[in-house]
Amino acid sequence: MGLRKPPLHAIHADRDASFTEFGGWEMPVEFDSIRTEHAAVRESAGLFDVSHMGEIRVSGPDAAELMGRLTTNDVAELDPGDTQYACITDDEGIILDDTVVFRLADADGVPQYLFIPNAGHDTEMYTRWIEYRDEWDLDATVHNATEEWAMLALQGPDAPDLAAAATDGASRDIARFDAAFLDVAGVRCFTSRTGYTGEDGFEFLVPWDEAETVWSAFDCQPCGLGARDTLRLEMGFLLSGQDFDPEDEPRTPYEAGVGWTVDLDTEFVGRDALERVESEGVDERFRGVVLQQRGVPRHGYEVVDADGEHLGHLTSGTMSPTLGEPIGLGYLSTEQAPPGTRVRVLVRGEPKQANVVTPPFIDK
Amino acid sequence: MSFDVPTDRRYLESHEWTTTDGDSVRIGITDFAQDELGDVVFVELPAEGDDVTKEGEFGVVESIKAVSDLVSPVSGTVLAVNEDLFDAPELVNEDPYGEGWMIEIEPSSESEFDDLLSADEYREQIE
Repeated sequence: MGLRKPPLHAIHADRDASFTEFGGWEMPVEFDSIRTEHAAVRESAGLFDVSHMGEIRVSGPDAAELMGRLTTNDVAELDPGDTQYACITDDEGIILDDTVVFRLADADGVPQYLFIPNAGHDTEMYTRWIEYRDEWDLDATVHNATEEWAMLALQGPDAPDLAAAATDGASRDIARFDAAFLDVAGVRCFTSRTGYTGEDGFEFLVPWDEAETVWSAFDCQPCGLGARDTLRLEMGFLLSGQDFDPEDEPRTPYEAGVGWTVDLDTEFVGRDALERVESEGVDERFRGVVLQQRGVPRHGYEVVDADGEHLGHLTSGTMSPTLGEPIGLGYLSTEQAPPGTRVRVLVRGEPKQANVVTPPFIDK
Repeated sequence: MSFDVPTDRRYLESHEWTTTDGDSVRIGITDFAQDELGDVVFVELPAEGDDVTKEGEFGVVESIKAVSDLVSPVSGTVLAVNEDLFDAPELVNEDPYGEGWMIEIEPSSESEFDDLLSADEYREQIE
Protein backbone atom coordinates (compact mmCIF):
# COMPACT_ATOMS: atom_id res chain seq x y z
CA MET A 1 0.00 0.00 0.00
CA GLY A 2 1.33 3.45 -0.90
CA LEU A 3 1.93 6.13 1.68
CA ARG A 4 -0.95 8.44 2.59
CA LYS A 5 -0.30 12.07 1.76
CA PRO A 6 -1.63 15.24 3.38
CA PRO A 7 -3.60 17.60 1.10
CA LEU A 8 -0.74 20.12 1.27
CA HIS A 9 1.88 17.64 0.05
CA ALA A 10 2.41 19.39 -3.30
CA ILE A 11 2.59 22.80 -1.58
CA HIS A 12 5.31 21.50 0.72
CA ALA A 13 7.20 19.92 -2.19
CA ASP A 14 7.13 23.25 -4.07
CA ARG A 15 8.63 24.83 -0.96
CA ASP A 16 11.51 22.26 -1.17
CA ALA A 17 10.55 20.50 2.05
CA SER A 18 12.20 17.15 2.70
CA PHE A 19 9.80 14.34 3.56
CA THR A 20 9.76 11.34 5.85
CA GLU A 21 7.48 8.36 6.37
CA PHE A 22 5.65 8.50 9.67
CA GLY A 23 2.81 6.17 10.64
CA GLY A 24 2.13 5.32 7.00
CA TRP A 25 2.08 8.98 5.91
CA GLU A 26 4.58 10.92 3.83
CA MET A 27 5.01 14.11 5.84
CA PRO A 28 7.35 17.11 5.68
CA VAL A 29 10.23 16.60 8.12
CA GLU A 30 12.16 19.79 7.41
CA PHE A 31 11.58 22.99 5.44
CA ASP A 32 14.68 25.07 6.23
CA SER A 33 16.54 23.53 9.14
CA ILE A 34 15.38 21.93 12.36
CA ARG A 35 17.34 24.51 14.34
CA THR A 36 15.70 27.43 12.49
CA GLU A 37 12.21 25.95 12.77
CA HIS A 38 12.66 25.04 16.42
CA ALA A 39 13.87 28.56 17.28
CA ALA A 40 10.93 30.12 15.43
CA VAL A 41 8.47 28.21 17.61
CA ARG A 42 10.28 29.08 20.84
CA GLU A 43 10.80 32.75 19.93
CA SER A 44 8.03 33.79 17.51
CA ALA A 45 5.78 31.28 15.72
CA GLY A 46 5.84 28.22 13.50
CA LEU A 47 3.20 26.42 11.46
CA PHE A 48 3.06 22.61 11.24
CA ASP A 49 1.11 20.34 8.94
CA VAL A 50 0.01 17.52 11.23
CA SER A 51 -2.63 16.07 8.94
CA HIS A 52 -1.28 12.59 9.68
CA MET A 53 -3.06 12.73 13.04
CA GLY A 54 -6.36 10.84 13.06
CA GLU A 55 -9.85 12.16 13.73
CA ILE A 56 -12.60 9.87 15.05
CA ARG A 57 -16.02 11.30 15.76
CA VAL A 58 -18.31 9.55 18.24
CA SER A 59 -21.93 10.63 18.69
CA GLY A 60 -25.21 9.29 19.97
CA PRO A 61 -27.06 8.71 23.23
CA ASP A 62 -24.33 6.35 24.54
CA ALA A 63 -21.35 8.29 23.13
CA ALA A 64 -20.18 9.38 26.59
CA GLU A 65 -20.30 5.84 27.90
CA LEU A 66 -18.38 4.45 24.92
CA MET A 67 -15.72 7.17 25.19
CA GLY A 68 -15.51 6.74 28.96
CA ARG A 69 -15.06 2.97 28.80
CA LEU A 70 -12.32 3.15 26.17
CA THR A 71 -10.22 6.01 27.55
CA THR A 72 -8.49 6.29 30.93
CA ASN A 73 -9.62 9.79 31.91
CA ASP A 74 -13.05 10.93 33.14
CA VAL A 75 -15.02 11.96 30.06
CA ALA A 76 -17.91 13.06 32.30
CA GLU A 77 -15.82 16.08 33.32
CA LEU A 78 -16.03 17.49 29.80
CA ASP A 79 -18.49 20.22 28.89
CA PRO A 80 -18.97 21.18 25.25
CA GLY A 81 -15.79 22.98 24.11
CA ASP A 82 -13.54 21.22 26.65
CA THR A 83 -10.55 19.04 25.78
CA GLN A 84 -8.90 16.26 27.76
CA TYR A 85 -5.66 14.29 27.40
CA ALA A 86 -6.16 10.55 27.93
CA CYS A 87 -4.65 7.16 27.22
CA ILE A 88 -6.24 4.18 25.50
CA THR A 89 -5.13 0.98 27.22
CA ASP A 90 -5.57 -2.75 26.72
CA ASP A 91 -6.81 -5.21 29.37
CA GLU A 92 -3.35 -5.24 30.95
CA GLY A 93 -3.23 -1.46 31.24
CA ILE A 94 -0.65 -1.14 28.44
CA ILE A 95 -0.90 2.10 26.45
CA LEU A 96 -2.16 1.45 22.92
CA ASP A 97 -2.33 5.14 22.11
CA ASP A 98 -2.51 8.55 23.72
CA THR A 99 -5.06 11.03 22.54
CA VAL A 100 -6.86 14.31 23.04
CA VAL A 101 -10.61 14.00 23.51
CA PHE A 102 -12.83 16.95 22.55
CA ARG A 103 -16.44 17.32 23.58
CA LEU A 104 -18.29 19.01 20.76
CA ALA A 105 -21.56 20.90 21.06
CA ASP A 106 -24.52 18.54 21.44
CA ALA A 107 -26.46 17.86 18.26
CA ASP A 108 -30.19 17.91 19.01
CA GLY A 109 -29.43 17.14 22.62
CA VAL A 110 -27.21 14.20 21.71
CA PRO A 111 -23.57 14.35 22.89
CA GLN A 112 -20.73 14.32 20.37
CA TYR A 113 -17.03 13.69 20.88
CA LEU A 114 -13.99 13.84 18.70
CA PHE A 115 -10.69 12.23 19.53
CA ILE A 116 -7.31 12.37 17.83
CA PRO A 117 -5.44 9.07 17.50
CA ASN A 118 -1.78 9.18 16.54
CA ALA A 119 -0.59 8.81 12.96
CA GLY A 120 -1.50 5.44 11.52
CA HIS A 121 -3.71 4.46 14.46
CA ASP A 122 -7.00 5.79 13.09
CA THR A 123 -8.18 2.54 11.50
CA GLU A 124 -7.17 0.49 14.54
CA MET A 125 -8.96 2.85 16.92
CA TYR A 126 -12.04 3.08 14.70
CA THR A 127 -12.26 -0.73 14.67
CA ARG A 128 -11.71 -0.89 18.43
CA TRP A 129 -14.54 1.56 19.06
CA ILE A 130 -16.92 -0.28 16.72
CA GLU A 131 -16.14 -3.70 18.18
CA TYR A 132 -16.58 -2.60 21.79
CA ARG A 133 -19.71 -0.64 20.92
CA ASP A 134 -21.25 -3.79 19.47
CA GLU A 135 -20.03 -6.00 22.30
CA TRP A 136 -21.51 -3.65 24.90
CA ASP A 137 -24.61 -3.00 22.80
CA LEU A 138 -24.28 0.78 23.01
CA ASP A 139 -26.15 3.30 20.88
CA ALA A 140 -23.36 5.37 19.33
CA THR A 141 -22.18 6.26 15.85
CA VAL A 142 -18.43 6.08 15.18
CA HIS A 143 -16.99 7.80 12.14
CA ASN A 144 -13.36 7.89 10.95
CA ALA A 145 -12.92 11.43 9.55
CA THR A 146 -9.13 11.27 9.21
CA GLU A 147 -9.11 11.98 5.49
CA GLU A 148 -11.84 14.61 5.69
CA TRP A 149 -9.87 16.97 7.92
CA ALA A 150 -6.41 18.38 7.51
CA MET A 151 -4.78 19.41 10.78
CA LEU A 152 -2.52 22.42 11.19
CA ALA A 153 -0.72 23.53 14.35
CA LEU A 154 0.25 27.16 14.89
CA GLN A 155 2.65 27.32 17.83
CA GLY A 156 4.77 29.92 19.58
CA PRO A 157 4.53 33.15 21.56
CA ASP A 158 3.26 35.06 18.50
CA ALA A 159 0.60 32.43 17.73
CA PRO A 160 -2.22 34.24 19.62
CA ASP A 161 -1.74 37.42 17.55
CA LEU A 162 -1.47 35.52 14.27
CA ALA A 163 -4.56 33.47 15.08
CA ALA A 164 -6.48 36.59 16.11
CA ALA A 165 -5.63 38.29 12.82
CA ALA A 166 -6.90 35.30 10.85
CA THR A 167 -10.13 34.95 12.86
CA ASP A 168 -11.15 38.61 13.32
CA GLY A 169 -10.17 38.29 16.95
CA ALA A 170 -12.47 35.35 17.66
CA SER A 171 -9.59 33.06 18.66
CA ARG A 172 -8.90 35.29 21.67
CA ASP A 173 -12.07 33.92 23.29
CA ILE A 174 -10.64 30.40 23.34
CA ALA A 175 -8.92 29.62 26.65
CA ARG A 176 -6.01 27.16 26.93
CA PHE A 177 -7.23 23.58 26.24
CA ASP A 178 -10.64 24.78 25.04
CA ALA A 179 -12.01 24.52 21.51
CA ALA A 180 -14.68 25.97 19.22
CA PHE A 181 -15.67 26.19 15.56
CA LEU A 182 -14.27 29.45 14.10
CA ASP A 183 -13.86 31.00 10.67
CA VAL A 184 -10.13 31.01 9.94
CA ALA A 185 -9.35 33.05 6.80
CA GLY A 186 -12.99 32.49 5.91
CA VAL A 187 -12.83 28.70 6.35
CA ARG A 188 -14.90 27.07 9.07
CA CYS A 189 -12.36 25.24 11.25
CA PHE A 190 -12.54 23.37 14.50
CA THR A 191 -10.02 25.39 16.51
CA SER A 192 -8.47 24.35 19.82
CA ARG A 193 -5.94 26.13 21.96
CA THR A 194 -3.72 23.08 22.19
CA GLY A 195 -0.43 21.81 20.82
CA TYR A 196 2.52 19.57 21.53
CA THR A 197 5.45 21.98 21.71
CA GLY A 198 5.14 23.52 25.17
CA GLU A 199 4.23 26.88 23.63
CA ASP A 200 0.93 28.70 23.50
CA GLY A 201 -0.79 27.97 20.22
CA PHE A 202 -3.70 26.59 18.27
CA GLU A 203 -4.57 23.49 16.34
CA PHE A 204 -6.97 23.76 13.44
CA LEU A 205 -9.02 20.97 11.92
CA VAL A 206 -9.58 22.21 8.39
CA PRO A 207 -11.79 20.68 5.69
CA TRP A 208 -9.38 18.62 3.54
CA ASP A 209 -9.91 20.66 0.35
CA GLU A 210 -9.48 24.02 2.07
CA ALA A 211 -6.20 23.32 3.82
CA GLU A 212 -4.21 25.58 1.49
CA THR A 213 -6.32 28.64 2.32
CA VAL A 214 -5.72 28.23 6.03
CA TRP A 215 -2.05 27.26 5.64
CA SER A 216 -1.45 30.42 3.57
CA ALA A 217 -3.23 32.64 6.08
CA PHE A 218 -0.32 32.59 8.53
CA ASP A 219 2.86 34.47 7.70
CA CYS A 220 5.34 32.52 9.79
CA GLN A 221 7.98 29.80 9.60
CA PRO A 222 6.73 26.50 8.14
CA CYS A 223 7.95 23.66 10.34
CA GLY A 224 8.37 19.94 9.79
CA LEU A 225 8.15 16.89 11.99
CA GLY A 226 11.87 17.20 12.81
CA ALA A 227 11.32 20.39 14.81
CA ARG A 228 8.10 19.00 16.26
CA ASP A 229 10.18 16.12 17.65
CA THR A 230 12.87 18.31 19.24
CA LEU A 231 10.21 20.64 20.70
CA ARG A 232 8.18 17.81 22.28
CA LEU A 233 11.37 16.15 23.49
CA GLU A 234 12.44 19.28 25.38
CA MET A 235 9.05 19.17 27.09
CA GLY A 236 9.30 15.45 27.90
CA PHE A 237 6.14 14.69 25.90
CA LEU A 238 5.68 11.10 24.75
CA LEU A 239 6.07 10.07 21.12
CA SER A 240 3.80 7.19 20.14
CA GLY A 241 5.65 4.26 18.61
CA GLN A 242 8.90 5.33 20.20
CA ASP A 243 8.40 6.22 23.89
CA PHE A 244 5.57 3.74 24.12
CA ASP A 245 4.47 0.98 21.78
CA PRO A 246 2.36 -2.05 22.66
CA GLU A 247 4.78 -4.33 20.78
CA ASP A 248 8.25 -2.83 21.21
CA GLU A 249 7.89 -0.67 24.33
CA PRO A 250 4.83 -1.86 26.28
CA ARG A 251 4.24 0.61 29.12
CA THR A 252 1.45 1.55 31.50
CA PRO A 253 0.53 5.22 31.98
CA TYR A 254 2.18 5.10 35.41
CA GLU A 255 5.51 4.01 33.95
CA ALA A 256 5.19 6.57 31.15
CA GLY A 257 4.72 9.46 33.55
CA VAL A 258 1.13 10.12 32.54
CA GLY A 259 -0.57 8.43 35.48
CA TRP A 260 -2.50 11.68 35.92
CA THR A 261 -4.58 10.74 32.87
CA VAL A 262 -5.89 7.69 34.73
CA ASP A 263 -9.09 8.12 36.72
CA LEU A 264 -9.59 4.91 38.70
CA ASP A 265 -13.03 6.12 39.79
CA THR A 266 -14.25 5.39 36.28
CA GLU A 267 -14.74 2.04 34.53
CA PHE A 268 -12.60 1.48 31.43
CA VAL A 269 -10.68 -1.27 29.67
CA GLY A 270 -7.48 -1.83 31.63
CA ARG A 271 -8.76 -0.20 34.83
CA ASP A 272 -8.34 -3.21 37.13
CA ALA A 273 -4.82 -3.88 35.90
CA LEU A 274 -3.93 -0.22 36.40
CA GLU A 275 -5.36 -0.22 39.92
CA ARG A 276 -2.93 -3.03 40.76
CA VAL A 277 -0.03 -1.18 39.14
CA GLU A 278 -0.93 1.99 41.00
CA SER A 279 -0.96 0.24 44.37
CA GLU A 280 2.15 -1.88 43.76
CA GLY A 281 4.23 0.87 42.15
CA VAL A 282 6.39 0.57 39.04
CA ASP A 283 9.91 -0.79 38.62
CA GLU A 284 10.83 1.69 35.89
CA ARG A 285 9.72 5.23 35.21
CA PHE A 286 9.97 7.65 32.31
CA ARG A 287 12.81 10.05 33.13
CA GLY A 288 15.09 12.54 31.46
CA VAL A 289 18.87 12.43 31.22
CA VAL A 290 21.27 15.25 30.43
CA LEU A 291 24.68 14.16 29.18
CA GLN A 292 27.66 15.81 30.87
CA GLN A 293 30.10 14.67 28.19
CA ARG A 294 30.22 15.08 24.42
CA GLY A 295 27.82 12.83 22.52
CA VAL A 296 24.19 12.58 21.57
CA PRO A 297 21.78 10.26 23.41
CA ARG A 298 19.53 8.26 21.08
CA HIS A 299 16.67 5.76 21.05
CA GLY A 300 17.85 2.34 22.22
CA TYR A 301 20.95 3.41 24.18
CA GLU A 302 21.47 1.58 27.46
CA VAL A 303 21.83 3.40 30.79
CA VAL A 304 24.09 1.90 33.45
CA ASP A 305 25.57 2.83 36.83
CA ALA A 306 29.25 3.51 37.55
CA ASP A 307 29.85 -0.26 37.82
CA GLY A 308 28.20 -0.95 34.50
CA GLU A 309 25.02 -2.40 36.05
CA HIS A 310 21.91 -1.98 33.89
CA LEU A 311 19.58 0.82 35.02
CA GLY A 312 17.36 1.21 31.97
CA HIS A 313 17.36 2.46 28.40
CA LEU A 314 16.54 5.53 26.35
CA THR A 315 13.60 5.80 23.99
CA SER A 316 14.28 9.30 22.59
CA GLY A 317 17.17 11.74 22.48
CA THR A 318 18.80 14.58 20.65
CA MET A 319 20.90 17.69 21.03
CA SER A 320 18.47 20.21 22.52
CA PRO A 321 18.37 23.23 20.19
CA THR A 322 17.22 25.49 23.03
CA LEU A 323 19.74 24.37 25.64
CA GLY A 324 22.60 23.30 23.38
CA GLU A 325 22.87 20.22 25.59
CA PRO A 326 22.42 16.51 24.79
CA ILE A 327 19.12 15.35 26.31
CA GLY A 328 17.35 12.02 26.37
CA LEU A 329 14.16 10.37 27.61
CA GLY A 330 13.71 6.79 28.66
CA TYR A 331 12.77 4.25 31.28
CA LEU A 332 15.03 4.00 34.32
CA SER A 333 14.91 1.98 37.52
CA THR A 334 12.58 3.75 39.94
CA GLU A 335 14.65 2.70 42.92
CA GLN A 336 18.20 2.98 41.58
CA ALA A 337 17.95 5.99 39.28
CA PRO A 338 15.65 8.64 40.76
CA PRO A 339 16.13 12.26 39.64
CA GLY A 340 19.52 13.54 40.74
CA THR A 341 21.31 10.22 40.19
CA ARG A 342 24.55 10.26 38.21
CA VAL A 343 24.43 7.56 35.55
CA ARG A 344 26.25 6.51 32.39
CA VAL A 345 24.66 6.41 28.97
CA LEU A 346 26.32 3.94 26.61
CA VAL A 347 26.79 6.03 23.47
CA ARG A 348 27.74 3.44 20.87
CA GLY A 349 29.19 1.38 23.70
CA GLU A 350 31.12 4.26 25.28
CA PRO A 351 29.94 5.21 28.81
CA LYS A 352 29.15 8.94 29.00
CA GLN A 353 28.32 10.64 32.29
CA ALA A 354 24.79 11.92 32.61
CA ASN A 355 22.40 13.21 35.25
CA VAL A 356 18.87 11.92 35.74
CA VAL A 357 16.24 14.68 35.74
CA THR A 358 12.48 15.02 35.77
CA PRO A 359 11.24 16.38 32.44
CA PRO A 360 10.55 18.96 31.11
CA PHE A 361 14.09 20.05 30.33
CA ILE A 362 13.03 23.66 29.79
CA ASP A 363 10.86 25.89 31.93
CA LYS A 364 7.52 26.43 30.16
CA MET B 1 18.16 21.21 -5.54
CA SER B 2 21.68 21.43 -6.88
CA PHE B 3 24.70 20.59 -4.76
CA ASP B 4 28.26 21.78 -4.93
CA VAL B 5 30.64 19.06 -6.26
CA PRO B 6 34.12 20.60 -6.69
CA THR B 7 36.20 19.08 -9.49
CA ASP B 8 39.48 19.34 -7.57
CA ARG B 9 38.79 16.27 -5.44
CA ARG B 10 37.54 12.68 -5.55
CA TYR B 11 34.62 11.00 -3.84
CA LEU B 12 33.27 7.87 -2.18
CA GLU B 13 29.76 6.58 -2.82
CA SER B 14 29.14 7.06 0.90
CA HIS B 15 29.56 10.85 0.39
CA GLU B 16 33.07 11.50 1.68
CA TRP B 17 35.47 13.66 -0.36
CA THR B 18 39.28 13.61 -0.55
CA THR B 19 41.92 16.01 -1.76
CA THR B 20 45.62 15.33 -1.88
CA ASP B 21 48.77 17.43 -2.13
CA GLY B 22 50.84 14.36 -2.92
CA ASP B 23 51.96 13.64 0.66
CA SER B 24 48.73 13.78 2.62
CA VAL B 25 45.04 13.26 2.00
CA ARG B 26 42.37 15.49 3.50
CA ILE B 27 38.90 14.00 4.09
CA GLY B 28 35.47 15.49 4.73
CA ILE B 29 31.83 14.96 3.75
CA THR B 30 30.10 16.43 0.73
CA ASP B 31 27.62 19.25 0.38
CA PHE B 32 24.96 16.66 -0.45
CA ALA B 33 25.76 14.69 2.72
CA GLN B 34 25.61 17.70 5.03
CA ASP B 35 22.29 18.72 3.48
CA GLU B 36 20.86 15.22 3.95
CA LEU B 37 21.98 15.14 7.58
CA GLY B 38 20.67 18.58 8.48
CA ASP B 39 22.04 20.52 11.46
CA VAL B 40 25.28 18.78 12.47
CA VAL B 41 25.65 18.79 16.26
CA PHE B 42 28.44 16.33 16.98
CA VAL B 43 31.49 14.87 15.27
CA GLU B 44 33.59 12.00 16.61
CA LEU B 45 37.00 11.62 14.97
CA PRO B 46 40.08 9.41 15.48
CA ALA B 47 43.22 10.66 17.24
CA GLU B 48 46.46 11.65 15.53
CA GLY B 49 48.55 8.54 14.93
CA ASP B 50 45.56 6.20 14.59
CA ASP B 51 45.41 4.00 11.52
CA VAL B 52 42.44 4.02 9.20
CA THR B 53 41.60 1.53 6.48
CA LYS B 54 40.02 2.02 3.09
CA GLU B 55 36.23 1.81 3.42
CA GLY B 56 36.59 1.36 7.19
CA GLU B 57 34.76 3.58 9.65
CA PHE B 58 36.89 6.37 11.05
CA GLY B 59 34.31 8.33 13.01
CA VAL B 60 30.74 9.47 13.33
CA VAL B 61 28.86 12.59 12.36
CA GLU B 62 25.55 13.30 14.08
CA SER B 63 22.88 15.79 13.22
CA ILE B 64 19.86 16.65 15.36
CA LYS B 65 17.91 13.90 13.62
CA ALA B 66 20.42 11.28 12.48
CA VAL B 67 23.69 9.42 13.09
CA SER B 68 26.01 8.59 10.22
CA ASP B 69 29.30 6.67 10.11
CA LEU B 70 32.27 8.28 8.42
CA VAL B 71 34.05 6.01 5.93
CA SER B 72 37.66 6.44 4.92
CA PRO B 73 38.33 6.62 1.18
CA VAL B 74 41.90 5.32 1.60
CA SER B 75 44.11 3.54 4.14
CA GLY B 76 46.76 5.32 6.15
CA THR B 77 47.76 7.02 9.39
CA VAL B 78 46.02 10.06 10.81
CA LEU B 79 48.28 13.12 10.63
CA ALA B 80 45.82 15.80 11.76
CA VAL B 81 42.31 16.14 13.11
CA ASN B 82 40.11 19.22 12.69
CA GLU B 83 39.56 19.95 16.38
CA ASP B 84 37.54 23.07 15.53
CA LEU B 85 34.64 20.71 14.81
CA PHE B 86 34.46 19.64 18.45
CA ASP B 87 33.35 23.11 19.50
CA ALA B 88 31.74 24.16 16.22
CA PRO B 89 30.30 21.09 14.45
CA GLU B 90 28.10 23.44 12.41
CA LEU B 91 31.20 24.16 10.26
CA VAL B 92 30.36 20.91 8.48
CA ASN B 93 27.08 22.50 7.32
CA GLU B 94 28.50 25.92 6.65
CA ASP B 95 31.66 24.97 4.74
CA PRO B 96 31.80 21.21 4.05
CA TYR B 97 34.72 21.46 1.59
CA GLY B 98 36.72 24.04 3.57
CA GLU B 99 36.54 24.75 7.31
CA GLY B 100 34.42 21.64 7.77
CA TRP B 101 37.20 19.20 6.77
CA MET B 102 37.61 16.30 9.20
CA ILE B 103 40.97 14.49 9.10
CA GLU B 104 44.24 14.39 7.18
CA ILE B 105 46.00 11.11 6.71
CA GLU B 106 49.27 9.85 5.29
CA PRO B 107 48.09 7.29 2.73
CA SER B 108 49.72 3.88 2.73
CA SER B 109 48.93 3.15 -0.91
CA GLU B 110 48.72 5.44 -3.90
CA SER B 111 46.71 2.99 -5.96
CA GLU B 112 43.68 3.13 -3.63
CA PHE B 113 43.12 6.64 -4.87
CA ASP B 114 42.38 5.36 -8.38
CA ASP B 115 39.19 3.58 -7.27
CA LEU B 116 37.53 6.80 -6.08
CA LEU B 117 34.80 8.58 -8.04
CA SER B 118 35.47 11.65 -10.12
CA ALA B 119 33.33 14.73 -9.55
CA ASP B 120 31.25 13.84 -12.61
CA GLU B 121 30.74 10.27 -11.46
CA TYR B 122 29.74 11.41 -7.97
CA ARG B 123 27.39 14.07 -9.34
CA GLU B 124 25.68 11.38 -11.41
CA GLN B 125 25.11 9.36 -8.23
CA ILE B 126 23.40 12.13 -6.29
CA GLU B 127 21.29 13.58 -9.11
